[in-house]
Amino acid sequence: MTTITFAKAINHGLRKALEQSPKVLLMGEDIGALGGVFRVTDGLQKDFGQERVVDTPLAESGIVGTAIGLAMRGYRPVCEIQFDGFIFPAFDQITTQLAKMHYRSQGRLTLPVVIRVPYGGGIGAVEHHSESPEALFAHTAGLRVISPSSPAEAFTMIQQAIASPDPVLFFEPKGRYWEKGDVDLDAAVGAPHPALDTAKVLRAGTDLTLVAYGPTVQTALKAAETAAAEGTSIEVIDLRTLSPLDTATVAASVRRTGRCVVVHEAPVLYGTGAEVAARITEDCFFHLEAPVLRVGGFHTPYPVAKIEHDYLPGLDRVLDAVDRSLAF
Amino acid sequence: MVPNGPQTDDGLVQLLTPTGQRTAHPDYDPRIAHLDADALRALYRDMVLVRRFDNEATSLQRQGELALYAQCLGQEAAQIGSGRALAAQDQVFPSYREHGVAYTRGVDLADVLRLFRGIDHGGWDPTAYGFHLYTLVIGSHTLHATGYAMGLQRDGAVGTGDPARDSAVVAYFGDGSTSQGDVNEALVFAAVNNAPVVFFCQNNQWAISEPTSRQSRVPLADRGPGFGIPSVRVDGNDVLATYAVTAEALERARSGGGPTFIEAFTYRMGAHTTSDDPSRYRSAAEEEYWRQRDPIDRLRLHLEDRGALSQDFVDALTAEGDALGERIRTAVRAMGRPSAASMFEHVYATPNAVVESERQWFESYEASFLDGEGSHHR
Repeated sequence: MTTITFAKAINHGLRKALEQSPKVLLMGEDIGALGGVFRVTDGLQKDFGQERVVDTPLAESGIVGTAIGLAMRGYRPVCEIQFDGFIFPAFDQITTQLAKMHYRSQGRLTLPVVIRVPYGGGIGAVEHHSESPEALFAHTAGLRVISPSSPAEAFTMIQQAIASPDPVLFFEPKGRYWEKGDVDLDAAVGAPHPALDTAKVLRAGTDLTLVAYGPTVQTALKAAETAAAEGTSIEVIDLRTLSPLDTATVAASVRRTGRCVVVHEAPVLYGTGAEVAARITEDCFFHLEAPVLRVGGFHTPYPVAKIEHDYLPGLDRVLDAVDRSLAF
Repeated sequence: MVPNGPQTDDGLVQLLTPTGQRTAHPDYDPRIAHLDADALRALYRDMVLVRRFDNEATSLQRQGELALYAQCLGQEAAQIGSGRALAAQDQVFPSYREHGVAYTRGVDLADVLRLFRGIDHGGWDPTAYGFHLYTLVIGSHTLHATGYAMGLQRDGAVGTGDPARDSAVVAYFGDGSTSQGDVNEALVFAAVNNAPVVFFCQNNQWAISEPTSRQSRVPLADRGPGFGIPSVRVDGNDVLATYAVTAEALERARSGGGPTFIEAFTYRMGAHTTSDDPSRYRSAAEEEYWRQRDPIDRLRLHLEDRGALSQDFVDALTAEGDALGERIRTAVRAMGRPSAASMFEHVYATPNAVVESERQWFESYEASFLDGEGSHHR
């Protein structure tokens, strides 16, 4: 075991993938000599060369569009979108081409493209640098959408994403890049599926199921700890994957606890929490003691940095939702 | 025509005049020197058969056999000339009107109609023909072409001097798509990577109802040099000229000389699609002007001038065209309806729990009807 940051864990995962297959390429803005604006690709161009760790022109649609062409030629491109809010120029290529080529070709073409997206807030950034657009991609058939919540998960999941024959949107909680965790850098990674398709119960509990993913998992675990001191037993589930959504793991938990709260940074309107709530209501209606509640961003643009912590679902707002559910 | 505007015919490479006279061109004559009378008749045959197919498909749409059809009428020389300049290992990324190019790559033209019949979003195996699927989002595929070309570079398939190994990619797109961001990004990526890709722009004068003057103030070929990409304007209704300029561009790409922008100046003689009505936006006089420049007539006049078009050849070709039409008609009518549950296939390359559960629900819903045939309210 090695104790490294979240960002370094992804770096190690990318390095392993580059070592294991000459077909793996990294593409993005400033990912070469600079190592990316978050240093996630630090040192990789030096070790693997400019043909495999490619500083691209500043054009996100071009990055994803050429990655599609490279994948058609047999490569496995891993694209870095510098910040969440800059993915929209590539939205067309991702949703009309990347997501649909396997379907359009009746399975004759596969596009093993990974798109890494640093997402989420809490870093005091300017506009377009703190958003959580994952639901837009989970809404699009043909894409897999996943988000790791810890350095160990990030190390494993990035390698599994690269090994997956399907296109993967890999959402990295940038506010957690500097948090450290234990990672076994020599561990065998295993096949991507079904490993990437499943949620995980991170903490067992009996009174309420708290569902989170990416940056809010740590918040959920803290909430469970705080609630435990007050005698409430919370089960914490890390979704890990938004598409496909592992409803079975959540439903099994809610059938035992009878209560469910979903927390994410993205706006709750039409968000992941809405989907979880709808599915849990359909699957577990007679087990529910309270409506499924959502805690997340508001139906506003992401606010300015000085007030972003009032927008983000912090510990207090999660505990407030827990209390409301228990009081129902 | 506005001098120096996008609709000027100044500066076009031309090897055959509209009346079929061969004109000398010091740069491009060597590119077609090997084309003997047999080769010219083969090009003529290609164009005639593609037009016969085009007419058949239009009729099939009128008969209700196709939901929609996009004609390539009038663009046969641009497509056959460039298509016949390709090598087997080259790759084509078409837009959606490149039926002539599809034909040169060996795609069964009946399969091209699967998309227009509404039974397939594609229709053929792109890797089997080096001819990728039609792309309906304007210009998106120019980036795929460029990425593919970047892959060729990494595979050592460029500039080796081995004619069986060195490869190039051609992206076909239209005048309207030159306004798209993706096309401009493709030009940037191709230029800075020196990628072996030929940008073959068929300027057919109309983007549905918008003339080229709504896309550009200057000839479209003038875009290339700004990106650092050599460009050439060619008479797109002259099959010899389109062949020659494409051959040159492909050779540059395969040898490591980088991308080329070709503007093939042609005309969409038909409607945008069978749903369009060009009489609302363009004049009969304009259509007549271009009818005088028909790409097939031009080569026919040239062959007749040379005494190289016998009545026997013409009769045999007419019969061959009729047989093609009959085969297309029969093939299209025999194309069955996909099963409703086939909509759930190939969404992902790996098993997907969400798709699988929806498929299971749908199948049990269909099976719940007494006749087992499912609901047919539609």
